[in-house]
Amino acid sequence: MEVFLQTLVAGILKGGLYALIGIGMTLIMGVMGIINLAHGQMMMVAMYITYVFFHYIGLDPYATLLISMPSLFLLGVFIQMFLLNPLMKVESILPENQVLMTVGIGMVLTEIARFIFTSNYLSVKTSYSTAAIHIGGISFSVALMIAFIFACSLTVGLFVFLIKTDLGRSIRAVSQDGEAAEIMGINAEQIKIVTMGLGAALVAAAGSLLLPIYYLFPDIGGPFTRKAFVITILGGLGSTVGAIFGGVALGLAEAFGATYIGMDFEDMIGLILFLLVLIFIPGGFKRLTKV
Amino acid sequence: MKRVYVPLALLIVLILFPLVVTDAYYQHLMILVLLWVAIGSGWNLISGYTGQVLFGAAAFFGVGAYTAALLLSKLDVSAWWGLPLGGLVAVLIAFPFGWICFRLRGPYFALATLALNEIFRHIATIWESLTEGMVGILVMQTFISKIPYYYIALALAAGSVIMIDVVTRSRLGYYFVSIREDQDAAESMGINTVYYKMISLCLSACVIGLAGALYTNYMGFIDPKVVFSLHDISIMAILVGIVGGVSTVYGPAMGAFIMVAIQEVFRSGGFGLLVKLGKATGWPVMATVTKYVSEAHVLSFGLLVIFVILYLPNGVVGDWSTLRKTLLFWKRETA
Repeated sequence: MEVFLQTLVAGILKGGLYALIGIGMTLIMGVMGIINLAHGQMMMVAMYITYVFFHYIGLDPYATLLISMPSLFLLGVFIQMFLLNPLMKVESILPENQVLMTVGIGMVLTEIARFIFTSNYLSVKTSYSTAAIHIGGISFSVALMIAFIFACSLTVGLFVFLIKTDLGRSIRAVSQDGEAAEIMGINAEQIKIVTMGLGAALVAAAGSLLLPIYYLFPDIGGPFTRKAFVITILGGLGSTVGAIFGGVALGLAEAFGATYIGMDFEDMIGLILFLLVLIFIPGGFKRLTKV
Repeated sequence: MKRVYVPLALLIVLILFPLVVTDAYYQHLMILVLLWVAIGSGWNLISGYTGQVLFGAAAFFGVGAYTAALLLSKLDVSAWWGLPLGGLVAVLIAFPFGWICFRLRGPYFALATLALNEIFRHIATIWESLTEGMVGILVMQTFISKIPYYYIALALAAGSVIMIDVVTRSRLGYYFVSIREDQDAAESMGINTVYYKMISLCLSACVIGLAGALYTNYMGFIDPKVVFSLHDISIMAILVGIVGGVSTVYGPAMGAFIMVAIQEVFRSGGFGLLVKLGKATGWPVMATVTKYVSEAHVLSFGLLVIFVILYLPNGVVGDWSTLRKTLLFWKRETA
């Protein structure tokens, strides 16, 4: 029973971070209609930024949120402005060009990181990296708890932004019906740029929060990109509430898979879950609740 | 008549190639090109003609490769039996996969194929009692000379190009293109879209699986990291298709040649040119440059993806008329 509860706690805490990754992906998905396969690689860039500031200046990983998020916002804006938006005007046979473009961007980001930092594993060791609080025989990792709290507050902040502000409403409008939004006088191209930046900033936050408890190397992006799209499919494409559900579900599935089946299977669980969802509930969580 | 003569002349050149060029290194490169012609053609059929973009060509490639290797290591049957069986097993994988995933459209289908690729790589890595995991499987090469491999690869490449040519000019090809252009319209015209997509996927998987089995026999060693590689197989297959020309018969052949050349230029530092240059000039800088260039081959792939999609979306063959115009115009300006 204790093992079960411990796994449950670990899964939910991890799920909070996954939700943050998934929300960024699903926002981009909703507004642009494409899956951003450079998502994990963007997170990798944020993690390197965090690492550099920690290593050379000694800045706390959580404080670097203030640096990594704006820088990734700019990276997202740059990618959307100069690479993805011009692609809309290119005539081609295959409509999946944009997805492929994100794959190319991901490769470039990974390789640039490899050039600068080599393939070595890096990590950030803080005083709270391995600390834990014990409640009733179950240990709560301090770093994961902080990350979870940050993730929750960022998510709440995002929701307030999407529901209350003009810009947030415009984003939701474009994601519901791009053409109608344009008729209403919303500059869809600008909204896309902002959304890409926002998605990148969110995943940057996840990266900075994850770094104290994880390790870092250039290829780390790939697995997280896959996690992000599994979360998005689980939650239903373009649904922000669904992404939270999807993130927690994936976190739990991975934790239970690792505990009861074997550590080797951790990555595979998500993929199997992904195929199962495609077969049985193709719309994801969104279809079940209509949120 | 031009339609027949040009490819025929090319084929004769290719048949004569190993007799003229006896250097094993260039023969090896040409075998790789021919292997990629087959894989690219397979990719082109499902992705270019039918419009269901395959992001996970490595799944079929790897399954074909492992079929051949396992036949030898587990059943003690010659790995050459893997050639027919590899294609068959790839089709057996493609069939249930298509049945499940053809309800997905556009990017989602592409993602599902990506997931398939990853699942197979994990299985091959984890299931050590069968696949030896990361250690990989060693298969003794049958021939010392490269020439037999060259002709087998040539047969496979030519066969796949002819297959594409025949299929796309038949009724089947028109069904495929109609599905790509507008699936709903195709459905309402009475085309059973799932059925025809399945045919397209199975043909593709078969060709790619055959290429995988040949790869095992030729290279003599496989491990999950190589044959199920996302970058080196799946993305490379897409690049071969796109650089050459999506939904053109000879596009993949062109693309395979260009991509293998680019890969080799980076891997060998400009065919050893940089090393020679470094020795000739005696600059220590050249050694560093050489090192960086050989490390940069994945980076170059990424940049190439971005560049090709933006400026050459239909490939060298597909955009040939505009490309020629641009080049001529450019020439006139410089002159």
